[in-house]
Amino acid sequence: MKASVIVFPGSNCDRDVQVALAAAIGGRTDNNDCVDMVWHGDSEMAKTDLIVLPGGFSYGDYLRSGAMSARSPIMREVVARAEQGVAVLGICNGFQVLTEAGLLPGALLPNAGLKFVCRDVQVRVENSQTPFTNAYEAGQTLRIPVAHHDGQYFVEADELSAMQERDQIAFRYCQDEKTGDSSRRANPNGSVDDIAGVFNKRKTVLGLMPHPERAADAIHGGTDGQALLSSLVSALA
Amino acid sequence: MAALTARHFLAASYPHLPKGLALSNEQNITPAQIAEHGLTTDEYKTILTVMGREPNLTELGIFSVMWSEHCSYKSSKFWLKTLPTEAPWVICGPGENAGVVDIGEGKAAIFKMESHNHPSFIEPYQGAATGVGGILRDVFTMGARPIANMNALRFGAPEDAKTRHLVSGVVAGVGGYGNCVGVPTVGGEVNFDPAYNGNILVNAMTVGLADADKIFYSAAAGIGNPVVYVGSKTGRDGIHGATMASTEFDDTTEDKRPTVQVGDPFTEKLLIEACLELMATDTIVAIQDMGAAGLTCSSVEMADKGGVGLDLDIDKVPQREDGMTPYEVMLSESQERMLIVLRPGTEAQAEAIFDKWQLDFAVVGKVSDTGRFTGRLGGEVVFDIPVRPLVEESPEYERPWVEAEAPAPLGSVTAPMGHMEALQALLGGADLSSRRWVWEQYDHTVMADTVRKPGGDAAIVRIHGSDRGLAIATDCTPRYCKAEPHVGGAQAVVEVWRNITAVGARPLAVTDCLNFGNPERPEIMGEFVGCIKGIGEACRALDFPIVSGNVSLYNETDGQAILPTPAIGGIGILDVLEAHADLALRREGDAFILIGATVGHLGQSIYLRQLLGRAEGPAPAVDLAVERRNGDFVRSLISTGRIDTCHDISDGGLLVAAAEMAMAGDIGLTLTGIDDAGFWFGEDQARYLLALPESEAAAVLSQAEDAGVPAQTIGITGGEALTLNDGTPISLSELRQKHEAWLPNYMQNA
Repeated sequence: MKASVIVFPGSNCDRDVQVALAAAIGGRTDNNDCVDMVWHGDSEMAKTDLIVLPGGFSYGDYLRSGAMSARSPIMREVVARAEQGVAVLGICNGFQVLTEAGLLPGALLPNAGLKFVCRDVQVRVENSQTPFTNAYEAGQTLRIPVAHHDGQYFVEADELSAMQERDQIAFRYCQDEKTGDSSRRANPNGSVDDIAGVFNKRKTVLGLMPHPERAADAIHGGTDGQALLSSLVSALA
Repeated sequence: MAALTARHFLAASYPHLPKGLALSNEQNITPAQIAEHGLTTDEYKTILTVMGREPNLTELGIFSVMWSEHCSYKSSKFWLKTLPTEAPWVICGPGENAGVVDIGEGKAAIFKMESHNHPSFIEPYQGAATGVGGILRDVFTMGARPIANMNALRFGAPEDAKTRHLVSGVVAGVGGYGNCVGVPTVGGEVNFDPAYNGNILVNAMTVGLADADKIFYSAAAGIGNPVVYVGSKTGRDGIHGATMASTEFDDTTEDKRPTVQVGDPFTEKLLIEACLELMATDTIVAIQDMGAAGLTCSSVEMADKGGVGLDLDIDKVPQREDGMTPYEVMLSESQERMLIVLRPGTEAQAEAIFDKWQLDFAVVGKVSDTGRFTGRLGGEVVFDIPVRPLVEESPEYERPWVEAEAPAPLGSVTAPMGHMEALQALLGGADLSSRRWVWEQYDHTVMADTVRKPGGDAAIVRIHGSDRGLAIATDCTPRYCKAEPHVGGAQAVVEVWRNITAVGARPLAVTDCLNFGNPERPEIMGEFVGCIKGIGEACRALDFPIVSGNVSLYNETDGQAILPTPAIGGIGILDVLEAHADLALRREGDAFILIGATVGHLGQSIYLRQLLGRAEGPAPAVDLAVERRNGDFVRSLISTGRIDTCHDISDGGLLVAAAEMAMAGDIGLTLTGIDDAGFWFGEDQARYLLALPESEAAAVLSQAEDAGVPAQTIGITGGEALTLNDGTPISLSELRQKHEAWLPNYMQNA
């Protein structure tokens, strides 16, 4: 299996996701042959099974998070591949780029608290029948870190109900029984319907705010994000 | 000195600065201009001798920034020379952009801590942000990829009208910059004290990782080699920042806002990637970031270290706006800029890399054999200064100092309330409450190598691609330094050493960030000298050399100085990442063991200060031999895998440390000990708390006895509450609620 990570100026989780993908695909963190790093200024991309838009502050988040990256040369190719059905995963800033590029519905607004928030959150897997989530059970809860300033997912009410009917909600923030976080704290950014991640209609594109690559190794204090990557490997390899 | 703002100054000076100001221009430097540049009459006389003629205004500006306290260390260097800076594992000590330490397996750690105090008080967001940006550049300039940021922040009293605004702005600025560049901020300190009402402290530390055989230095070499400018364009921001950082504040402080630089972390991120990409090629002779005093300081330092001259072509410097004078170009502190000496013929290769990252790249000069620092505008020479004297004739003062008076012994202390009540007051107060509100605004998990998050004794980051780790800690207890500078200086070092030890790492080296008041006052100079002596002794005794640092003086407003605050940042190595300890209790039924002697020292304690309103008595004694013995014992237990739960005892004493362990692990604790405030809240040094399975306790206690280390079992873990001497238990959830509530509640009213 071959994965491609897009590198925008200001991406800062490109290496993190490369390491986690290499481990998931090749079983070794130093085997980078299975992961191509693709420069934003390129307009072509080699054959690939998975395209990942990593986290970071592409173009400094100037104008609007993800807005400028969505118009970079490589994104025309990403959109074309997505239309062909190639799996596309956007994490954090990558999720913002996917909404700006029109590959996913909705938009990501500044957090309700107007502050950057970095901490572990609990999310519930809402749909496990997809290439991204087949290694999870529906209803399973995961502990994964978020780190963002603009993570408040918003979509108009009628679009939201259509998405709910089509099972496009991938993950929702939920209360952690153990720490008893208040529901306001459980949803770290004020997202509508507690949404942490969404699919496109065909379930071939996923965008999410939590960082699975930061919960993919025992040293991270939890490995709940690892199964997202191994889901992709078992679906695409 | 006369109150001066850059704005006033430049407005006043424009008429004298025709474009292309030539040396032949008749122009008399007035005494007012000398004073406005923060130079004394004697210093100006030295300039006349060095120059052999009257300087023009640009040259005067260059001298003024190079000889400012901030750049020349003129009040401090006499004493800095007394600090220990060497060890077999030190690759590069003070004098370069940052310190470099060999950490084995072909890797080096590069680190430094630096202050950005004055700008942060004037403009907290940008001041703090550019402080982070500056220290990052110091580290990646030397070839390292930055892997962790830390910070030490000190604010005025919570009641002070400006404190909330400053906390909010500084925290957002630290986060705004570090989060965007993608370097995790893994820990730090936040303290409040009325002594910082008019001068907050923002000290930022960066740790980077490099190949030990690929370190880049700043000495220019190779006559004729191209001098290249990369990064952002030069604008009119931050002119005279170094001079501002070398004066006291008064009621005109607000007017200094234009001297604060504006940061662009996105450009910094591109600059990191471009520089590291360039460093992987064989093109660089020398490289230096433009920090304080901008293009002037970087050029002069590179030329001086290489024993060469440097010719600059000012027309070629990328400029943000039209019509900038040479004076402005040379003194601008615009951010995110670097100066590089390239091997001849590699310009095109280097330029392609900066083009790719969409950064400015310009050949702005060349290395010369004249030994002079020369600038031309439109072909005309606009400054021409001999390099060596500019650096070596810079003033050095052995300022008069008086030893601080020894504090009176602490009188009797009557406990104002029960111990559990006191614990709740302390954990729920300004000094010891949770800093979660702060560190949740910092991305502490980016780079995916963070092993231990903020809130513990030392942060731990994995050395990327390996099974080893670096432990990083910053510390300082200013109230001890005020009471007894010598003891306080030593205590700051031992506490960092203890924090690193408490996670199981082997302490390697430190950086210092020395924040004091006006050194021209003998009592302030006495605090500085006392602290330096204490720091030096502790570093020597612990084999913990100082490899980099920074001095920030004149932290005073209207004659009111800050507490002496020699912040210390240290690093240690974990040879086996898995063999580390954490403060969170892990198991029920563990024996809870106190390591180190407890005499119950309440002098200068948080207990005394917060609950009784008394800042009295001597600081707790620091015994360096005991510190080392106890620490080495604890570390050996952790590194051999026998202990996984450990916390050092510091501010607030034993009961506070124990409660922190219980809250972090969400496991209760039943404690027994004498019914005395000194026992539970005293701040005796060289102490740790351990938790380990009951079955192994006897062996550890007897091993301690053999090593001459005081050790006693003081409790057992389990349940959901904290209980003291069969008293009424307090539930952990109630305790946590109080501990977590103070800071968010305080900031909610911002």
